[in-house]
Amino acid sequence: MSTDVERGDQIHPGDPVLVDRYTTGARINHWITAASLVLLALSGLALFHPSLYFLTALFGGGETTRAIHPWIGVVLFFSFAGLFIRFFKANLWVRTDTVWLAHGRDVITSHEEKLPEVGKYNAGQKLVFWSMSLLIIVLITSGLVIWDQYFGPYFTVEQKRIAVLVHATMAVVAICVWIVHVYAAIWVRGTISAMTRGQVTGGWAWRHHRKWLKELVTGSPKK
Amino acid sequence: MFPPLPNPNVQPVPPKFGEQDLIRRSASTVTPPAKRQTEVAKLIDVTKCIGCKACQVACLEWNNLHEEVGINTGSYENPHDLTPDTWTLMRFTEWVNPETQNLEWLIRKDGCMHCEDPGCLKACPAPGAIVQYSNGIVDFVKENCIGCGYCIKGCPFNIPRISKNEDPKSYKCSLCSDRVAVGLGPACQKACPTQAIVFGTKDDMKQWADGRIKDLKSRGFDKAGLYDPPGVSGTHVMYVLHHADKPEIYAGLPANPRISPLVDLWKGGLKYAGLGLIALTALAGFVHHVVAGPNRVSRDDEENAKRLAGRQ
Repeated sequence: MSTDVERGDQIHPGDPVLVDRYTTGARINHWITAASLVLLALSGLALFHPSLYFLTALFGGGETTRAIHPWIGVVLFFSFAGLFIRFFKANLWVRTDTVWLAHGRDVITSHEEKLPEVGKYNAGQKLVFWSMSLLIIVLITSGLVIWDQYFGPYFTVEQKRIAVLVHATMAVVAICVWIVHVYAAIWVRGTISAMTRGQVTGGWAWRHHRKWLKELVTGSPKK
Repeated sequence: MFPPLPNPNVQPVPPKFGEQDLIRRSASTVTPPAKRQTEVAKLIDVTKCIGCKACQVACLEWNNLHEEVGINTGSYENPHDLTPDTWTLMRFTEWVNPETQNLEWLIRKDGCMHCEDPGCLKACPAPGAIVQYSNGIVDFVKENCIGCGYCIKGCPFNIPRISKNEDPKSYKCSLCSDRVAVGLGPACQKACPTQAIVFGTKDDMKQWADGRIKDLKSRGFDKAGLYDPPGVSGTHVMYVLHHADKPEIYAGLPANPRISPLVDLWKGGLKYAGLGLIALTALAGFVHHVVAGPNRVSRDDEENAKRLAGRQ
């Protein structure tokens, strides 16, 4: 049986019990990704709909928005690749994830007691993880095709038309996934400290990731 | 002969059209003027063109453009494609007519067609970077252009080109809007020695084309016709072709140009559906929080965790 425990995860007995969930490196990595994603969404939306063109002012005008957006995309791609390498193992799909998902109603009505015990990530988090991974691959690929300044001559106009449509559509989906991600962190109280200070309380881990907590206690936490 | 446009009055004259005559403005909504100006058109009679490139030179000169000295690749085409500085280009095709086995040298002056329904303008995200005047001229406004290249994706004729410098902007034929505004014809028309290029109101140009087509038919070109494609609601640059039934033989002139359905989807449905979906997702979160409330860790959870940790 594989363990979900990631490097640096550790339990500190006390009142309350504190659990290390994300290392400093993982948090820095996460916030670089987060900042890039927000900047990409703002600059991308500015060029997506005329009513949002005013957002280009945040980046110093339309031309700089056009110039900087792809570069932020490159930063996001590599930054997210870092997160992917860190987190993908604990995000592999297991049978209880399907069971958890089937209890969707209990999830949104906060009936934790009816849900199977979950490891470091629940099925919802895993879906966010994998959909973002796929979306970012599609976005960087289609983005390169429409990065006219450097890649203009390498693609036909028809390829660029397909790419721009795919890019815009997938970006909309990515923004929606991002909203779900942020909302879940706000709704499930006690979550945000995992990414700010790296720690959650034992109670939070007991309630939402009991299997992970048990593994930390009984298993072989990687020091 | 087409009666040549008179030489200009050298006295300064106020422009005949301007901001108040816009019928379309990229990424903006404009109130169209109550009265539309007479539509203008440039008619390019391919059958009269001798390929001298005077029009190309006149375009460079009037618009103060400088093309790099290129290389010869075995074609008269020079440069080899439209560029940010070459807004019009003679395209040469050697075509063997399968009916007569004659070699026909087809020469087409390529450049912006000034579509009545301009795809470039539809695709442009920068307010006011592309405008269409009520006389039909589609113009790029450099100050508002951000160099994104969306116009290239919108154009059914593959015309706009982005400059490769520290300040990338999109360029194409302006139909010499500055000259037309003071009652002149475009520079290319002025320079054409055979009147293969004529300029006037769209109605006059169609009428003139009719006469030319009748003449061509009487000489055995029974497929001669006018190229004014309905897929883009007509154009303000039209061609007289000797083989109007196969426009593709003229260096790939599209037989049935229209704004790509991909562009329609991107700039139509997706624009609204996308923002709608984002708003709905955010709203769903808000409603859920109001209805279900926060998911808090209970005192029991902490106690359970403490008990579990104690067993370590």
